[in-house]
Amino acid sequence: MTDWAVELEIPAEPEYLSMVRAVVSTAAGLDPRLKDSRIEDLRLAVSEATTNAIESHVNMGSSERVTIRCDLRDDQVEVEVTDHGEGFDHGDLVPHPPVTDPNRLEYERGLGLSLIRILADEHEIVSDSEGTSVRLVVYTAPTARP
Amino acid sequence: MPLPMRTLDSGEWVVLQVAGEIDMASAPQLRQRVVALVTGGVSALVLDLSNIGFCDSTGLGVIVAAVKRLRTNGGDLRVVTNDERLLALFEITRLDQVFEVFPDIDAASATAPSAHSDESDH
Repeated sequence: MTDWAVELEIPAEPEYLSMVRAVVSTAAGLDPRLKDSRIEDLRLAVSEATTNAIESHVNMGSSERVTIRCDLRDDQVEVEVTDHGEGFDHGDLVPHPPVTDPNRLEYERGLGLSLIRILADEHEIVSDSEGTSVRLVVYTAPTARP
Repeated sequence: MPLPMRTLDSGEWVVLQVAGEIDMASAPQLRQRVVALVTGGVSALVLDLSNIGFCDSTGLGVIVAAVKRLRTNGGDLRVVTNDERLLALFEITRLDQVFEVFPDIDAASATAPSAHSDESDH
């Protein structure tokens, strides 16, 4: 499959999330080897990453745009979500208590990064004070798996 | 974009049916609707997600908050869905152990709320 890419720049507003999901799943669907279930995995993972990006801009009061780039490569679909928010430290993330613990109900948030880790075949998060970049990869061909 | 929602009664339960996509943009509408129902005296709520096309972690957070709100008030929340995608999402986040999931409204409302509200059952 010929390399092909689409890039979106969106205002950091939640109303644009559905558009991002639609564009990424449509682009990923151009590769006939990618199963619907994997497109759904990518759709959710990208939505989670974009949600975090939008939230980061909102927290800072930033009017800069969030960038979503989707690359269809020979053996994988790669999506990169880049923001100019405040960044975060992985070490600051608090793990959820076990589901059997009644205190689990105190944790309404924080599942987004867990889902990204589970749903994507590869993920890479680079974050500093200039912003955060989340790279998500879904393999299109079984042979691409290491 | 408005999140389509409507309520109906099923036995001792009030059913909140939601359609569309639950994400950061629409989740506040669901949260407000649940708060309004609980404030209005509802303690046994079935959340029917059969017609949901998408739900992300923000939506899951609203469901967890709704469970907490209802149980704090001595009630409970049950979820209805037959969607494989959503069921898988509940499973990988282990939220299927936090609240009960049923395939349809009849199954969800077949027993009284008190029969399943004890968290030690899970």
